[in-house]
Amino acid sequence: MQIVVDLNRCQGYAQCAFLAPQVFALHGEEALAYSPAVPDDQLDRVRKAATACPVQAILVGEQAGADAG
Amino acid sequence: MSTETLFRRIADYASRADPYPLYAELREHGAVRQDDGSYLVGTYDEIAALLHDPRISSDRRRRTVPDALGPGQDDVPPAFIGLDDPEHDRLRRLAMRPFGPPHSPGRVDALRGEITRIAGELADGFADGKRIDVVDDFAYPLPVTVICRLLGVPSEDEPRFRTWSDSIVAGFDATPDEDPEQRLRSATEARRAMALYLGELAESRRGHPTGDMLSALVNDEGPEGSLNPIELMTTSVLLLIAGHETTVNLITNGVLTLLRHPDALARLRDDPALMPQAVEELLRYEPPVQMLPQRTPLADIEVSGVTIPQGAPLILVLASGNRDPLRFAEPDRFDITRPDNQHLGFGSGIHSCFGAPLARLETQIALTTLLPRLGDLRLVEDPPPYRTNQVLRGPRHLLVEAAG
Amino acid sequence: MPAEPRSDGRIVIVGASLAGLRAAETLRDEGFRGELTLVGEEPHPPYDRPPLTKQVLLGRVRADDVGLPRRRAVEAHWKLGVRASGLDPDGKKVLLANGEHLPFDRLLIATGTRARPWPDADAARLDGVFTVRTRDDASRLAERFDAGPRRVLVIGAGFTGSEIASVCRERGIEVTVAERGPAPLVGALGGALGTFAARLQRAHGVDLRCGVTVTALKGDGGRLTGAEFSDGSRIDADVAVIALGAVRNTEWLADSGLAAGPRGVACDAGCRAFDMYGIVTDDIFVAGDVARFPHPLFEYQMLSLEHWGNAVAQAEVAAHNMISAGPHRRPHLAVPVFWSSQFGLNIKSVGVPTFSDQVVLAQGSPEEGRLVAVYGYRGRVTAAVSVNRAKWLEHYRRMIETAAPFPPGPGAADGPEPAAPVPSDVPDPKVLSHGPTVALTGHLPDRRLTLVRPGG
Repeated sequence: MQIVVDLNRCQGYAQCAFLAPQVFALHGEEALAYSPAVPDDQLDRVRKAATACPVQAILVGEQAGADAG
Repeated sequence: MSTETLFRRIADYASRADPYPLYAELREHGAVRQDDGSYLVGTYDEIAALLHDPRISSDRRRRTVPDALGPGQDDVPPAFIGLDDPEHDRLRRLAMRPFGPPHSPGRVDALRGEITRIAGELADGFADGKRIDVVDDFAYPLPVTVICRLLGVPSEDEPRFRTWSDSIVAGFDATPDEDPEQRLRSATEARRAMALYLGELAESRRGHPTGDMLSALVNDEGPEGSLNPIELMTTSVLLLIAGHETTVNLITNGVLTLLRHPDALARLRDDPALMPQAVEELLRYEPPVQMLPQRTPLADIEVSGVTIPQGAPLILVLASGNRDPLRFAEPDRFDITRPDNQHLGFGSGIHSCFGAPLARLETQIALTTLLPRLGDLRLVEDPPPYRTNQVLRGPRHLLVEAAG
Repeated sequence: MPAEPRSDGRIVIVGASLAGLRAAETLRDEGFRGELTLVGEEPHPPYDRPPLTKQVLLGRVRADDVGLPRRRAVEAHWKLGVRASGLDPDGKKVLLANGEHLPFDRLLIATGTRARPWPDADAARLDGVFTVRTRDDASRLAERFDAGPRRVLVIGAGFTGSEIASVCRERGIEVTVAERGPAPLVGALGGALGTFAARLQRAHGVDLRCGVTVTALKGDGGRLTGAEFSDGSRIDADVAVIALGAVRNTEWLADSGLAAGPRGVACDAGCRAFDMYGIVTDDIFVAGDVARFPHPLFEYQMLSLEHWGNAVAQAEVAAHNMISAGPHRRPHLAVPVFWSSQFGLNIKSVGVPTFSDQVVLAQGSPEEGRLVAVYGYRGRVTAAVSVNRAKWLEHYRRMIETAAPFPPGPGAADGPEPAAPVPSDVPDPKVLSHGPTVALTGHLPDRRLTLVRPGG
């Protein structure tokens, strides 16, 4: 699974970085850096992070265009 | 009835079990002036805008109109919750260093196992076939044990600071028409006593860190220094009180709400992976912090066509914004799979709840632990008796017993 | 009369990156049942570009791992690794470089931009000279950073160049930044924040050289060895990153009769492309970096925005309009927003800072490294930029949307007293090394803001 964070919406509440610290991290005090490819063992945490995001900025989904021939 | 008395009617203990019809009345009128010169706002968009408006102060000392809480008679300065930037920001970042990202990203996550164990032990202690008080037997001891462990406060001192905490919280209980003098005096005294207690405790860790937050706050120096002794006291008082006066309500409201909504309960029992969403919905539907009573505009500000003058007490009713039909479809429905749930349960903006990640984790674990038992339980009284406080609203007791 | 049914037929989307993907998803979401084809020049399925100049160059994320998640299945034919080479508007066909013709009933142009190359093609081929636009570019450069270059030269101090310089310093790599303008980011944020950015870069150990151009890249045996500057100085460098901005991918439309050129493809507020006579087409739409569109908040100037958020928002509007009859179409009115993270700071912008004559420090201070600057044009708020203060930006977005008076009134709890507006000092893009990421290409009597590149 892949994630993308709408960093225009993101205001740095960092709830995701509490919930899935191996995937989401603050770079400095406010900027969010994350790993777009989610390892399977982190998926549950990442989904929780997406649910908890106060500005609903995290999209979790299958790689787009994976069905491309 | 006049909208000028809305706050008095909300504060009236008779409204505690169900303030939502009064919130609906509030939303119809946008911003509402009260006869004491304060203002209430209860619509989602307006609350959200005010929470992101840099002209709205959180420092009650900037009020020019007296409020129901009376003048600040405290000689101890406010904790960061009652300060504006840049002071608020500096203190909050220093407090965050041992609690969360960027410096301690795994701190809360690492508590997962222990919270699960404590919740399990409390639940195992429920005597068979007897009435259980969800508050005293579960929802109160869980967060208190956790916050004590996290801060490094001995749990055996819990009875002492429970008394202090009760007095301090009664101090925010802005019930109008009542002489607040005595209440405020004991709140001030309790706050001072708790501050001294925590200050001494922290001092004893100086040079002898024991892996907890107090130790880190007193020993770890960042590039911006560390908290001075007064800041250390006000900050640790805030964390200790917030850590056990709010989550107890969230967990209790969760049990109450699930027992009132058997369909949602059944769905969660079938699919416990829905719990995180259910807790977000709970934060919308029955938020433990109903309103933010200590905001003050620093300029005349227009809200919904009403000018709120500089210095007037401004009360943002988060729980009302959470039920605003202009923002949430069917707002009075408890819907554990509600999409796009940007609730105001933890506030928003720079003062958004510091302990939100911990409260969320505790409540998810607490309700998941109780989930297998809830189907067999019923409420003894509905509505249950509530605590008097209308800001930190929740049942004082929640008696449940085996259905059958 | 019932609305013309537009939920079937053939839709071709040229461009399989962020805008193309989100458009495809919106089409399906809104009930398009017909045949959908996406054409992408790169062989990869859609991926996210912002991490390339941040996490990927830092070595924390592999370039292969930046794929975009889908919002939903799109049931499309994906033609990846093939370039569109032409458009036949009469025959309603897209011509592909492999000779194939793709017939369409409606077309979305979302071909985006590419990195502006170093003008000296021989020097550009030297080993060690890079641009960063694609995932493959970033992968190669990250590998080179891993090898520990002695010095990196970054040419152009716009957002991309500045982010790359930031990565170098974070990785402990010596870096020289050359910018023809007076300061980094000045083209996007104006003089006051440009000064702040210059101090920031120098405080982090960047060898920042402003007001100079690189006159030559020097090589030996096919490898980059250094560079010469217009002030006569020279440096040794084993890596040079060309960050001169972007070129819009419109060449394939040269014979299409559309209003397409170096500034992009012109369209109306509903994303319908204009033809070369200024007549709006009804079956050709444009979205993302390649589009030029009028914005009412900015006096209907034609804007081109190289922003992630614009690609998403405009793609959604374009897709909606492609399958909606006239009265149900929507305008693309979103207030422009973007972010950049560099030197440990989070920089966010709302509105169009270059559409301004004055700027005022509204909150915080450069000394704290936390601030909000508010931009105004002729007495109304047109933009705001925050540095590590993102939680306040919503407030300023509302001010922009409501054309609130500039300067904003007093009262911010952390505002300086008194707050005095100063000229925003947005330079003519001609003086900059890098192209602007927001190009205002309309007419303003007192301004000259165009995207004409100086030769060489």
